[in-house]
Amino acid sequence: MLADWQYIGIFLAISPIFPAAPVLLQWLLGPKKPNSIKNSAYECGIETVGDTWIQFKVQYYIYALIFVVFDVEAVFLFPIAAAYGQLSLFAIGATALFIILLADGLAYAWAKGALEWI
Amino acid sequence: MNAESAGQLAWITLVVGGIITFAVITGFAYTTLLERKVLARLQHRVGPNRAGYVPIPRRGKKERRLLGGFMQPAADAVKLFMKEDITPIYVDNVVYNLAPMLTVMPVILTLAVIPWASSVTLFGIDYPYLAIAPGLNVALLFVLAITSIEVYGVVLAGWSSNSKYAVLGGIRSTAQMISYELALGLTLLVPVMIAGSLNLNDIIVSQQETAWFTILQLPASIVFFVAALAEMQRAPFDLLEAEQELSSGYNVEYAGMRFAMFFMAEYMKMIVFSALWVVLFLGGYDIPFINEAAIVSSADSTVVTILIAAGQVLSIILKIVFSLFLMIWIRASWPRLRYDQLMDLGWKTLLPISLLNVIVTGVMIVLAEEGVFNSLISAFGG
Repeated sequence: MLADWQYIGIFLAISPIFPAAPVLLQWLLGPKKPNSIKNSAYECGIETVGDTWIQFKVQYYIYALIFVVFDVEAVFLFPIAAAYGQLSLFAIGATALFIILLADGLAYAWAKGALEWI
Repeated sequence: MNAESAGQLAWITLVVGGIITFAVITGFAYTTLLERKVLARLQHRVGPNRAGYVPIPRRGKKERRLLGGFMQPAADAVKLFMKEDITPIYVDNVVYNLAPMLTVMPVILTLAVIPWASSVTLFGIDYPYLAIAPGLNVALLFVLAITSIEVYGVVLAGWSSNSKYAVLGGIRSTAQMISYELALGLTLLVPVMIAGSLNLNDIIVSQQETAWFTILQLPASIVFFVAALAEMQRAPFDLLEAEQELSSGYNVEYAGMRFAMFFMAEYMKMIVFSALWVVLFLGGYDIPFINEAAIVSSADSTVVTILIAAGQVLSIILKIVFSLFLMIWIRASWPRLRYDQLMDLGWKTLLPISLLNVIVTGVMIVLAEEGVFNSLISAFGG
């Protein structure tokens, strides 16, 4: 079983070549004539006002929280799905309960208004 | 699998991986051309037709030009190589240079598990199926894990650019990608439940035995396609690069080849997700109406085996092109969603549908195992 991962490991080692080679080639071929105007931030043509790394909307954070709950739970469903044909009726009932709890979590977040984009 | 030594294994993976990745990168170049050509046709334009064509002279008339524009990707590449790569002074240098790599690498890694043909023998090693990493029994989990990493490239690119447009684009993309990942992950459960395996080849074999999962599971197929569109930030979900509001989003401060890497990641993601959709729901390398395994075992000759393998590769490529065409068609047809609409679609439509679909499929499988359908068919039909 570990042998199957050897291929992934080797491929992981060679995969950076594909994005790195063109960048390196351009670095060799392309012209290099920087000046202060060319190297300024693009934005809208004038200098940025204030700090860029600012606070952002809390709603993004709430979505991330709900995501973590769901994603961690969804991972448990994969082994169950892979072995679904061999499960007893009791195990299937337990899984159904698990999915209902998952749906209940979504319904709670929905009812609390966490899914509203304000 | 009878791999002799680690060195040989490394060499073979290098060759097979190199060839497949190179083919997909060429495919990426021609996907850009396909997109420009198809979009142009859908908008009553001609599209790129100058770079490379086959002239066919006609007597008395202007010559006919076939395949106009087929060298366009090569021309684009040469132009990109000759351009200056600008690094703005305010950027966070390390992260700024790392982000394009981090965006492309996961997409290339996902390629490792996609099966292109059934069992073949390459360089004396029996492949259970033709893939860079054959036999990986948790292939689908691997794909899910890797697609989660993809978001880092985009976020870090936005953050390190130190430009407000880029930061906004990066944050938007994070929220969007994690929202649709849930629907995507839950939809993946359905083929796994029917096939009873996380191995992509087993899922294809299961489809060969029954029917393509698009026929059995149309809702799951559609939810997967829509969630995949959102995952790869394609129109109509391309909010992170909404030109009118964010000029270009997270990659606005990038130029030259490093910008092209984001472009490459986007189009390779199109190919990879198309391949996944095809493998999970359109029968993968399965050639419709032909039982390949029976032909191979009855003919028992190397030529037939090679021909069937070639046919399978052609089959999956044609299906991928069909999927790419669908994506381009959708881009030409739908206007971009508003951000709250995007979030509502992900959380309030696709997620409940995919949850319900998992439950319904589970019940159906149990009923089928108990023989309820067979007795129903014999009661009404027989």
